[in-house]
Amino acid sequence: MSALLEVTDLFKTYGTGEAATRVLRGLSLRLDTGEMAALLGPSGSGKSTLLTILGTLMKPTSGSYVMLGEDMISADDRALTEFRNAHIGFVFQFHNLLPDFTALENVIFPTAVREGRETPAARARGRDLLSRMGLADRIEFPSANLSGGQKQRVAVARALMNSPELVLADEPTGNLDRDSANQVMDLIGQINREEGTAFLISTHDEKIAGFCRRQIVVGDGVVTG
Amino acid sequence: MLYALKIATRYLTASKAQTALLVTGVAVGVFIFIFMSALIGGLAEFILSRTVGDISHITIEAETDDPSVLISPEGHVLVVAERVRTRTATLSEAATWLPQIEGVPGVRAVSPQISGAGFVTRGAQVAQVSVTGVEPGRESAILDLAGYMVEGDVRLGSGLIVLGRDLADDLALSIGRTLRLESSNGVTAALTLSGIFKTGNGSMDSARAFVSLSTARTLYAMPQGVTRIEIKLGDLNAADATALRIRALTGLDAVPWTDGAEQLMEALNAQAQTGYFLKTFALITIVIGVASALLLSTYRRRPEIGIMRAMGAGRGFVIFVFVTQGALIGLMGGIMGAALGYLALLPFPSRDAFEPGTLPMDITQGSYGLAITLTVIGAILASILPARSAARVDPVTAIGQ
Ligand SMILES: Nc1ncnc2c1ncn2[C@@H]1O[C@H](COP(=O)(O)OP(=O)(O)O)[C@@H](O)[C@H]1O
Ligand SMILES: [Mg+2]
Repeated sequence: MSALLEVTDLFKTYGTGEAATRVLRGLSLRLDTGEMAALLGPSGSGKSTLLTILGTLMKPTSGSYVMLGEDMISADDRALTEFRNAHIGFVFQFHNLLPDFTALENVIFPTAVREGRETPAARARGRDLLSRMGLADRIEFPSANLSGGQKQRVAVARALMNSPELVLADEPTGNLDRDSANQVMDLIGQINREEGTAFLISTHDEKIAGFCRRQIVVGDGVVTG
Repeated sequence: MLYALKIATRYLTASKAQTALLVTGVAVGVFIFIFMSALIGGLAEFILSRTVGDISHITIEAETDDPSVLISPEGHVLVVAERVRTRTATLSEAATWLPQIEGVPGVRAVSPQISGAGFVTRGAQVAQVSVTGVEPGRESAILDLAGYMVEGDVRLGSGLIVLGRDLADDLALSIGRTLRLESSNGVTAALTLSGIFKTGNGSMDSARAFVSLSTARTLYAMPQGVTRIEIKLGDLNAADATALRIRALTGLDAVPWTDGAEQLMEALNAQAQTGYFLKTFALITIVIGVASALLLSTYRRRPEIGIMRAMGAGRGFVIFVFVTQGALIGLMGGIMGAALGYLALLPFPSRDAFEPGTLPMDITQGSYGLAITLTVIGAILASILPARSAARVDPVTAIGQ
């Protein structure tokens, strides 16, 4: 297995002085290509903070971050935006979809924004991904009218749209019922096996973590297991 | 950026009522802009046509001679003669410039004239008149004489004279009658009344007489040259510039109508300023309306903007989405307002048929293109602030995990 990304000695402090919250305190972590990993830890342990840094949406206070051989710390906003678009997919807990767009339009967004328009090829891939997520009958549905579980499956399809090496999912099943959560995790596992896409999924649900081969536990700002 | 355009239009159509309201607001501003343009333009047109429509726009005149000097009897004949010759020389030379003046762009008509004072006598009745000799065929070049004729014919030939209504009535003259005209030079001619005009201007209708240029030559003993050249322009407002050109071209003292019309110009300027002021306010209202609506929209859509940024949309893309919304709102509001303005102006009489007592709205001066262009530019400028604030949205806090 080759290294997909490596963070070393990450520190992240929110605020300054009295109000400073030191969330990450020298965290180091390596993820390999095609890994399926759960990120565990109690609420407030810094899971979202780590995912945000790995997703290049935020810079750490200090530490190094290299992904696919590129230095993510020194890159500027434009370079990171392009990098994210090509190599990283996201699934968030809330506010995942653009409510005024259909399921298909949401799924093909990462490709359309890169190409400047919605191409037929992108639409075909978007349809295919939605079908694999069991949403063949919801392709042209306004995303605002989808159920919570359907929304998260659309979000997974969108995260996969540009065939990224890594998908970061922050409590993707956090507000789903058990059945919907299991369905989403099954699909993620299937994609991971078939496409070799690496997943890092934060959760505080042991059952969800059970879908993953590797368990990463954070506590006190470092990886504890 | 076709894709940004798609997202912008989707955002606008997603909240139809809000967009419709916003576009209507913009349209109202544009409507006011157009209404003001048509009113101020029409008003200026109306006032100008009433005050200077019938006068010469550029006048070339001989240096005015003092008649007392002319008739001075005490051995200063040489001096007087020299003055007279100087005047005549200048204007006879001027006559040779006529074709050139006619060739100056913007000049619509040129009328060489000999004017002077005289007395009209019929029987025992005598009236003082101001006589103008004009070239046959150019009677209506400056004053629309043909348009003011109430009896007879405007056409001036040798031995013919055209008088105002009041003067003809005072002398109890009718068409075809003969009268005697004595010029200030002491030359007397018997002339036949061939036409009567009525301009509505009292001093004109009671004291003006028109004869042919050749009759005037006899009356004022001017075998050559003219006393003045009157020039009519296509565009009143070009008088200053055109007068300068004629002066440069001919060396003649061409005086635009605006000289001595400062009060009128000031009034028209003040009126135009008022118009600009109101139009600027209309535009500012549009800009503030669009800016606040879009600012609200960026705030409401912060999570979505965060998602788009996370999915690989650059700052430029986000800016483009919001600026495009502004431009579309401006374009729609501009076109709607321009159409409403045009429709509202349709019932007003055309500029040639202004009636006293009604608003002299000029539908042709609505500045529709300008209104739409300025509105689109204003709306784009208005959207820059919201667009920039949208582009600065931090995806992390916007998505708010
Ligand atoms: N933007 C922020 N400003 C200040 N403190 C923050 C911010 N984001 C997170 N925190 C704090 O950092 C700690 C870790 O938060 P987070 O990474 O969201 O943990 P988790 O996702 O594991 O629950 C929490 O104590 C939280 O209050
Ligand atoms: Mg969290």
